[in-house]
Amino acid sequence: MSADPNDGLTRRGFLAISAATLGGVMLAPGIRLIEIAGARAPEQAVSRQVRWGLLIDTNKCAPGCDDCVKACATENGIKSTGHPRTDPQWIRKVELKDMRTGRTHSAPVMCQHCEHPPCVDVCPTGASFKRADGIVLVDRHICIGCRYCMMACPYKARSIVFEEVTGQNPDVPRGKGCVEGCTLCVHRIDRDRQPACVEACAKAGHNAMIFGDLNDPQSEIAQRVAKYASTQIRADLRLNPGVRYQGL
Amino acid sequence: MKDKGIAALAGRIARAICLLALWLPMLAFAADRVPKPVIDIANPGKCVEDTATMRREHPDMLKHQRDLTMHEGIRTRKHSLKECVECHASAKTGSVLGDKGFCQSCHDYASVRIDCFACHASKPKLAMGAKP
Repeated sequence: MSADPNDGLTRRGFLAISAATLGGVMLAPGIRLIEIAGARAPEQAVSRQVRWGLLIDTNKCAPGCDDCVKACATENGIKSTGHPRTDPQWIRKVELKDMRTGRTHSAPVMCQHCEHPPCVDVCPTGASFKRADGIVLVDRHICIGCRYCMMACPYKARSIVFEEVTGQNPDVPRGKGCVEGCTLCVHRIDRDRQPACVEACAKAGHNAMIFGDLNDPQSEIAQRVAKYASTQIRADLRLNPGVRYQGL
Repeated sequence: MKDKGIAALAGRIARAICLLALWLPMLAFAADRVPKPVIDIANPGKCVEDTATMRREHPDMLKHQRDLTMHEGIRTRKHSLKECVECHASAKTGSVLGDKGFCQSCHDYASVRIDCFACHASKPKLAMGAKP
Protein backbone atom coordinates (compact mmCIF):
# COMPACT_ATOMS: atom_id res chain seq x y z
CA MET A 1 0.00 0.00 0.00
CA SER A 2 2.99 2.31 0.17
CA ALA A 3 3.41 2.76 -3.56
CA ASP A 4 4.72 6.17 -4.45
CA PRO A 5 2.49 7.62 -7.17
CA ASN A 6 5.58 9.12 -8.77
CA ASP A 7 7.32 5.78 -9.22
CA GLY A 8 7.59 4.62 -12.81
CA LEU A 9 6.21 1.21 -11.90
CA THR A 10 3.40 1.53 -9.38
CA ARG A 11 2.30 -1.23 -7.10
CA ARG A 12 -0.82 -1.71 -9.19
CA GLY A 13 1.22 -1.88 -12.36
CA PHE A 14 3.65 -4.30 -10.79
CA LEU A 15 0.87 -6.52 -9.49
CA ALA A 16 -0.89 -6.45 -12.81
CA ILE A 17 2.25 -7.63 -14.56
CA SER A 18 3.03 -10.31 -11.99
CA ALA A 19 -0.57 -11.46 -11.99
CA ALA A 20 -0.54 -11.73 -15.74
CA THR A 21 2.65 -13.77 -15.67
CA LEU A 22 2.00 -15.93 -12.59
CA GLY A 23 -1.50 -16.46 -11.37
CA GLY A 24 -3.76 -15.18 -14.08
CA VAL A 25 -5.04 -18.40 -15.55
CA MET A 26 -8.10 -17.12 -17.35
CA LEU A 27 -10.97 -19.55 -17.76
CA ALA A 28 -13.29 -17.07 -19.42
CA PRO A 29 -13.21 -13.30 -19.59
CA GLY A 30 -13.45 -12.14 -16.00
CA ILE A 31 -13.33 -15.61 -14.46
CA ARG A 32 -9.96 -16.69 -13.22
CA LEU A 33 -8.74 -19.91 -11.68
CA ILE A 34 -6.89 -17.97 -9.00
CA GLU A 35 -8.60 -14.85 -7.76
CA ILE A 36 -6.09 -12.04 -7.60
CA ALA A 37 -6.58 -10.20 -4.33
CA GLY A 38 -5.65 -6.62 -3.61
CA ALA A 39 -4.90 -4.70 -6.77
CA ARG A 40 -8.04 -3.66 -8.58
CA ALA A 41 -8.32 -2.11 -11.98
CA PRO A 42 -10.09 1.30 -12.06
CA GLU A 43 -13.02 -0.17 -14.03
CA GLN A 44 -13.42 -3.10 -11.64
CA ALA A 45 -16.02 -2.95 -8.86
CA VAL A 46 -15.03 -3.34 -5.23
CA SER A 47 -14.95 -6.90 -4.02
CA ARG A 48 -16.68 -8.59 -1.14
CA GLN A 49 -13.49 -10.56 -0.54
CA VAL A 50 -11.83 -7.48 0.87
CA ARG A 51 -12.67 -6.10 4.32
CA TRP A 52 -10.84 -2.89 5.00
CA GLY A 53 -9.96 -2.27 8.60
CA LEU A 54 -7.90 -0.17 10.96
CA LEU A 55 -5.91 -1.29 13.95
CA ILE A 56 -5.14 1.44 16.45
CA ASP A 57 -2.50 0.80 19.11
CA THR A 58 -3.38 3.02 22.05
CA ASN A 59 0.02 2.35 23.65
CA LYS A 60 1.70 4.10 20.74
CA CYS A 61 -0.86 6.85 20.33
CA ALA A 62 0.64 9.95 21.96
CA PRO A 63 -1.60 11.96 24.29
CA GLY A 64 -2.04 15.49 23.03
CA CYS A 65 -1.02 14.61 19.46
CA ASP A 66 -3.75 15.36 16.94
CA ASP A 67 -1.85 14.87 13.71
CA CYS A 68 -4.46 12.38 12.48
CA VAL A 69 -7.27 14.85 13.11
CA LYS A 70 -5.41 17.62 11.27
CA ALA A 71 -4.51 15.35 8.36
CA CYS A 72 -8.16 14.29 8.07
CA ALA A 73 -9.31 17.91 8.00
CA THR A 74 -6.77 18.85 5.33
CA GLU A 75 -7.48 15.84 3.17
CA ASN A 76 -11.25 16.12 3.32
CA GLY A 77 -11.50 19.90 3.28
CA ILE A 78 -13.06 20.26 6.73
CA LYS A 79 -12.63 23.85 7.88
CA SER A 80 -13.91 25.46 11.04
CA THR A 81 -17.01 27.54 10.43
CA GLY A 82 -16.43 29.53 13.59
CA HIS A 83 -19.13 27.53 15.38
CA PRO A 84 -17.20 24.70 17.04
CA ARG A 85 -20.31 23.10 18.55
CA THR A 86 -21.77 22.36 15.15
CA ASP A 87 -18.60 21.87 13.11
CA PRO A 88 -18.48 18.53 11.32
CA GLN A 89 -16.18 16.07 13.02
CA TRP A 90 -14.98 12.98 11.21
CA ILE A 91 -12.32 11.93 13.70
CA ARG A 92 -11.64 12.98 17.27
CA LYS A 93 -9.03 12.25 19.87
CA VAL A 94 -10.35 10.71 23.08
CA GLU A 95 -8.36 10.70 26.30
CA LEU A 96 -9.32 7.94 28.75
CA LYS A 97 -8.32 7.36 32.33
CA ASP A 98 -8.81 4.28 34.43
CA MET A 99 -9.92 5.83 37.72
CA ARG A 100 -8.78 2.81 39.76
CA THR A 101 -5.23 2.51 38.44
CA GLY A 102 -4.70 5.98 37.03
CA ARG A 103 -3.57 4.60 33.67
CA THR A 104 -4.29 6.97 30.79
CA HIS A 105 -4.87 6.17 27.13
CA SER A 106 -5.32 8.27 24.11
CA ALA A 107 -7.01 7.09 20.95
CA PRO A 108 -8.58 8.47 17.81
CA VAL A 109 -12.25 7.57 17.29
CA MET A 110 -13.92 7.79 13.91
CA CYS A 111 -16.59 5.85 12.00
CA GLN A 112 -15.96 2.26 13.04
CA HIS A 113 -17.11 0.85 9.70
CA CYS A 114 -19.36 -1.80 11.24
CA GLU A 115 -20.24 -5.03 9.52
CA HIS A 116 -23.83 -4.49 10.72
CA PRO A 117 -24.08 -0.70 10.71
CA PRO A 118 -27.09 0.74 12.59
CA CYS A 119 -26.85 3.89 10.47
CA VAL A 120 -27.68 1.80 7.41
CA ASP A 121 -30.58 0.08 9.19
CA VAL A 122 -32.31 3.35 10.03
CA CYS A 123 -31.68 5.30 6.82
CA PRO A 124 -35.07 5.95 5.18
CA THR A 125 -33.67 6.63 1.71
CA GLY A 126 -30.81 4.18 1.36
CA ALA A 127 -28.24 6.97 1.37
CA SER A 128 -26.34 5.41 4.24
CA PHE A 129 -24.87 2.21 2.88
CA LYS A 130 -22.04 -0.26 3.27
CA ARG A 131 -19.80 -0.81 0.29
CA ALA A 132 -18.92 -4.40 -0.60
CA ASP A 133 -15.43 -3.98 0.87
CA GLY A 134 -16.85 -2.98 4.27
CA ILE A 135 -16.59 0.82 4.07
CA VAL A 136 -19.70 2.57 5.42
CA LEU A 137 -20.54 5.68 3.43
CA VAL A 138 -23.23 8.31 2.85
CA ASP A 139 -24.43 8.79 -0.71
CA ARG A 140 -25.04 12.54 -0.61
CA HIS A 141 -27.01 12.37 -3.82
CA ILE A 142 -29.72 10.49 -1.90
CA CYS A 143 -29.24 11.87 1.64
CA ILE A 144 -32.14 14.09 2.76
CA GLY A 145 -30.40 15.23 5.92
CA CYS A 146 -32.88 13.64 8.36
CA ARG A 147 -30.07 12.70 10.78
CA TYR A 148 -31.57 9.37 11.85
CA CYS A 149 -28.13 7.83 11.30
CA MET A 150 -26.55 10.33 13.67
CA MET A 151 -29.00 9.17 16.33
CA ALA A 152 -28.44 5.50 15.59
CA CYS A 153 -24.64 5.53 15.60
CA PRO A 154 -23.32 4.43 19.00
CA TYR A 155 -19.92 5.99 18.22
CA LYS A 156 -21.16 9.53 17.47
CA ALA A 157 -19.28 9.20 14.22
CA ARG A 158 -21.54 11.26 11.99
CA SER A 159 -22.12 14.99 11.63
CA ILE A 160 -24.40 17.12 9.54
CA VAL A 161 -23.11 20.07 7.56
CA PHE A 162 -25.00 23.19 8.63
CA GLU A 163 -23.29 25.76 6.47
CA GLU A 164 -22.37 26.22 2.84
CA VAL A 165 -19.05 24.63 1.93
CA THR A 166 -16.62 26.12 -0.57
CA GLY A 167 -13.20 25.12 -1.84
CA GLN A 168 -13.79 21.39 -1.58
CA ASN A 169 -11.16 18.84 -2.49
CA PRO A 170 -12.29 17.60 -5.95
CA ASP A 171 -12.06 14.04 -4.62
CA VAL A 172 -14.20 14.76 -1.56
CA PRO A 173 -17.46 16.51 -2.44
CA ARG A 174 -19.13 17.99 0.65
CA GLY A 175 -22.06 20.32 1.04
CA LYS A 176 -24.74 21.78 3.24
CA GLY A 177 -27.66 19.66 4.37
CA CYS A 178 -26.07 16.23 4.19
CA VAL A 179 -24.81 13.92 6.87
CA GLU A 180 -21.20 12.88 6.62
CA GLY A 181 -18.58 10.87 8.42
CA CYS A 182 -15.22 9.17 8.03
CA THR A 183 -15.01 7.54 4.61
CA LEU A 184 -11.76 5.76 5.48
CA CYS A 185 -10.43 8.06 2.72
CA VAL A 186 -12.20 5.93 0.14
CA HIS A 187 -10.88 8.06 -2.72
CA ARG A 188 -7.36 7.22 -1.64
CA ILE A 189 -8.08 3.54 -1.01
CA ASP A 190 -9.48 3.24 -4.54
CA ARG A 191 -6.11 4.44 -5.79
CA ASP A 192 -4.11 2.05 -3.59
CA ARG A 193 -3.20 4.67 -1.05
CA GLN A 194 -3.60 4.72 2.72
CA PRO A 195 -6.06 6.90 4.66
CA ALA A 196 -4.67 10.35 5.47
CA CYS A 197 -4.76 9.75 9.25
CA VAL A 198 -2.70 6.58 8.97
CA GLU A 199 -0.15 8.33 6.79
CA ALA A 200 0.09 11.28 9.21
CA CYS A 201 0.52 8.97 12.21
CA ALA A 202 3.38 7.17 10.48
CA LYS A 203 4.92 10.48 9.46
CA ALA A 204 4.87 11.68 13.07
CA GLY A 205 6.76 8.49 13.95
CA HIS A 206 4.04 7.03 16.17
CA ASN A 207 2.87 4.26 13.85
CA ALA A 208 -0.14 3.79 16.08
CA MET A 209 -2.51 3.15 13.17
CA ILE A 210 -2.36 0.28 10.70
CA PHE A 211 -4.66 0.12 7.72
CA GLY A 212 -5.25 -2.96 5.61
CA ASP A 213 -7.40 -5.83 4.46
CA LEU A 214 -8.59 -7.89 7.43
CA ASN A 215 -9.48 -10.74 5.08
CA ASP A 216 -6.01 -11.04 3.56
CA PRO A 217 -3.92 -13.33 5.81
CA GLN A 218 -0.74 -11.84 4.35
CA SER A 219 -1.58 -8.29 5.37
CA GLU A 220 0.09 -6.75 8.41
CA ILE A 221 -3.23 -5.86 10.02
CA ALA A 222 -4.57 -9.43 9.74
CA GLN A 223 -1.35 -10.83 11.17
CA ARG A 224 -1.35 -8.38 14.05
CA VAL A 225 -5.00 -9.05 14.82
CA ALA A 226 -4.31 -12.80 14.79
CA LYS A 227 -1.31 -12.48 17.08
CA TYR A 228 -2.23 -9.81 19.61
CA ALA A 229 -5.33 -9.14 21.64
CA SER A 230 -7.41 -6.36 20.15
CA THR A 231 -10.80 -5.02 21.08
CA GLN A 232 -13.69 -3.34 19.38
CA ILE A 233 -15.41 -0.43 21.08
CA ARG A 234 -18.85 -1.44 22.34
CA ALA A 235 -18.26 -5.01 21.24
CA ASP A 236 -21.39 -5.87 23.24
CA LEU A 237 -23.49 -4.36 20.47
CA ARG A 238 -22.14 -7.07 18.13
CA LEU A 239 -21.81 -4.69 15.19
CA ASN A 240 -18.36 -6.10 14.35
CA PRO A 241 -16.58 -2.83 13.56
CA GLY A 242 -13.68 -2.86 11.11
CA VAL A 243 -11.76 -0.52 13.41
CA ARG A 244 -10.05 -2.34 16.25
CA TYR A 245 -8.05 -1.08 19.22
CA GLN A 246 -5.01 -2.57 20.90
CA GLY A 247 -4.19 -1.84 24.53
CA LEU A 248 -7.58 -0.51 25.57
CA MET B 1 -70.88 50.97 -49.28
CA LYS B 2 -70.79 50.49 -45.51
CA ASP B 3 -70.44 46.70 -45.88
CA LYS B 4 -67.53 47.14 -48.31
CA GLY B 5 -65.75 49.42 -45.83
CA ILE B 6 -66.11 46.85 -43.03
CA ALA B 7 -64.91 44.05 -45.33
CA ALA B 8 -61.83 46.10 -46.30
CA LEU B 9 -61.07 46.83 -42.62
CA ALA B 10 -61.45 43.15 -41.70
CA GLY B 11 -59.15 42.24 -44.57
CA ARG B 12 -56.55 44.73 -43.38
CA ILE B 13 -56.74 43.43 -39.80
CA ALA B 14 -56.41 39.85 -41.04
CA ARG B 15 -53.36 40.80 -43.10
CA ALA B 16 -51.82 42.55 -40.08
CA ILE B 17 -52.40 39.46 -37.93
CA CYS B 18 -50.79 37.26 -40.58
CA LEU B 19 -47.80 39.59 -40.76
CA LEU B 20 -47.49 39.66 -36.96
CA ALA B 21 -47.64 35.87 -36.82
CA LEU B 22 -44.75 35.75 -39.26
CA TRP B 23 -42.76 38.51 -37.62
CA LEU B 24 -43.13 37.59 -33.93
CA PRO B 25 -41.06 34.42 -34.02
CA MET B 26 -38.44 36.22 -36.05
CA LEU B 27 -38.33 38.95 -33.40
CA ALA B 28 -38.15 36.35 -30.65
CA PHE B 29 -35.25 34.56 -32.26
CA ALA B 30 -33.40 37.73 -33.20
CA ALA B 31 -29.75 37.41 -32.23
CA ASP B 32 -29.72 40.16 -29.63
CA ARG B 33 -32.92 39.24 -27.82
CA VAL B 34 -31.66 36.25 -25.82
CA PRO B 35 -27.88 36.28 -25.98
CA LYS B 36 -26.39 32.88 -26.69
CA PRO B 37 -24.09 31.67 -23.93
CA VAL B 38 -20.41 32.36 -24.36
CA ILE B 39 -18.79 28.97 -24.41
CA ASP B 40 -15.05 29.09 -24.13
CA ILE B 41 -13.56 25.71 -24.90
CA ALA B 42 -9.87 25.41 -24.18
CA ASN B 43 -9.33 22.09 -25.96
CA PRO B 44 -11.94 21.91 -28.73
CA GLY B 45 -12.64 18.53 -30.27
CA LYS B 46 -11.03 16.60 -27.42
CA CYS B 47 -14.23 15.70 -25.55
CA VAL B 48 -14.99 12.09 -24.65
CA GLU B 49 -18.02 12.01 -26.98
CA ASP B 50 -19.14 14.11 -29.93
CA THR B 51 -20.84 17.45 -29.27
CA ALA B 52 -24.38 16.32 -30.08
CA THR B 53 -24.12 13.34 -27.72
CA MET B 54 -22.58 15.45 -24.99
CA ARG B 55 -25.28 18.12 -25.25
CA ARG B 56 -28.10 15.64 -25.00
CA GLU B 57 -26.72 12.96 -22.73
CA HIS B 58 -24.23 14.49 -20.32
CA PRO B 59 -26.66 14.43 -17.36
CA ASP B 60 -27.29 10.71 -17.83
CA MET B 61 -23.60 9.98 -18.22
CA LEU B 62 -22.77 11.87 -15.04
CA LYS B 63 -25.58 10.21 -13.12
CA HIS B 64 -24.54 6.75 -14.27
CA GLN B 65 -20.91 7.39 -13.42
CA ARG B 66 -21.76 8.85 -10.02
CA ASP B 67 -23.59 5.69 -8.95
CA LEU B 68 -20.75 3.48 -10.17
CA THR B 69 -18.17 5.53 -8.32
CA MET B 70 -20.15 5.96 -5.14
CA HIS B 71 -21.36 2.39 -4.72
CA GLU B 72 -18.84 0.26 -6.56
CA GLY B 73 -15.68 2.31 -6.26
CA ILE B 74 -15.23 2.49 -10.03
CA ARG B 75 -13.15 5.58 -10.64
CA THR B 76 -12.65 5.57 -14.38
CA ARG B 77 -11.93 9.04 -15.69
CA LYS B 78 -13.93 9.11 -18.92
CA HIS B 79 -17.35 10.22 -17.71
CA SER B 80 -16.43 11.63 -14.32
CA LEU B 81 -17.46 15.13 -13.29
CA LYS B 82 -13.95 15.72 -11.98
CA GLU B 83 -12.54 15.22 -15.45
CA CYS B 84 -15.15 17.56 -16.97
CA VAL B 85 -14.01 20.26 -14.56
CA GLU B 86 -10.33 19.51 -15.20
CA CYS B 87 -10.74 20.20 -18.88
CA HIS B 88 -13.50 22.81 -19.00
CA ALA B 89 -12.50 25.16 -16.18
CA SER B 90 -11.98 28.64 -17.58
CA ALA B 91 -8.39 29.73 -18.07
CA LYS B 92 -9.25 33.12 -16.54
CA THR B 93 -11.21 32.16 -13.43
CA GLY B 94 -10.10 28.54 -13.10
CA SER B 95 -13.75 27.57 -12.61
CA VAL B 96 -16.67 26.10 -14.57
CA LEU B 97 -19.00 28.52 -12.76
CA GLY B 98 -19.40 32.27 -13.18
CA ASP B 99 -21.18 34.20 -15.96
CA LYS B 100 -18.91 32.88 -18.65
CA GLY B 101 -18.10 29.58 -16.96
CA PHE B 102 -18.55 26.49 -19.12
CA CYS B 103 -21.28 24.89 -17.02
CA GLN B 104 -23.09 27.93 -15.68
CA SER B 105 -23.33 29.99 -18.87
CA CYS B 106 -25.20 27.26 -20.70
CA HIS B 107 -27.37 26.23 -17.76
CA ASP B 108 -28.37 29.86 -17.20
CA TYR B 109 -29.35 30.10 -20.87
CA ALA B 110 -31.40 26.91 -20.66
CA SER B 111 -32.77 27.93 -17.26
CA VAL B 112 -31.65 24.71 -15.60
CA ARG B 113 -30.35 24.82 -12.05
CA ILE B 114 -27.18 22.84 -11.45
CA ASP B 115 -26.87 21.48 -7.95
CA CYS B 116 -23.61 19.62 -8.63
CA PHE B 117 -21.38 22.40 -7.40
CA ALA B 118 -23.07 22.85 -4.04
CA CYS B 119 -20.92 19.87 -3.05
CA HIS B 120 -18.52 19.20 -5.92
CA ALA B 121 -15.49 21.38 -6.50
CA SER B 122 -15.97 23.73 -9.45
CA LYS B 123 -12.25 24.11 -9.93
CA PRO B 124 -9.61 21.54 -10.74
CA LYS B 125 -7.21 20.58 -8.00
CA LEU B 126 -4.24 22.51 -9.38
CA ALA B 127 -6.11 25.78 -9.74
CA MET B 128 -7.69 25.64 -6.27
CA GLY B 129 -5.88 28.81 -5.23
CA ALA B 130 -7.15 30.86 -8.20
CA LYS B 131 -9.83 33.41 -7.41
CA PRO B 132 -13.14 33.26 -9.33
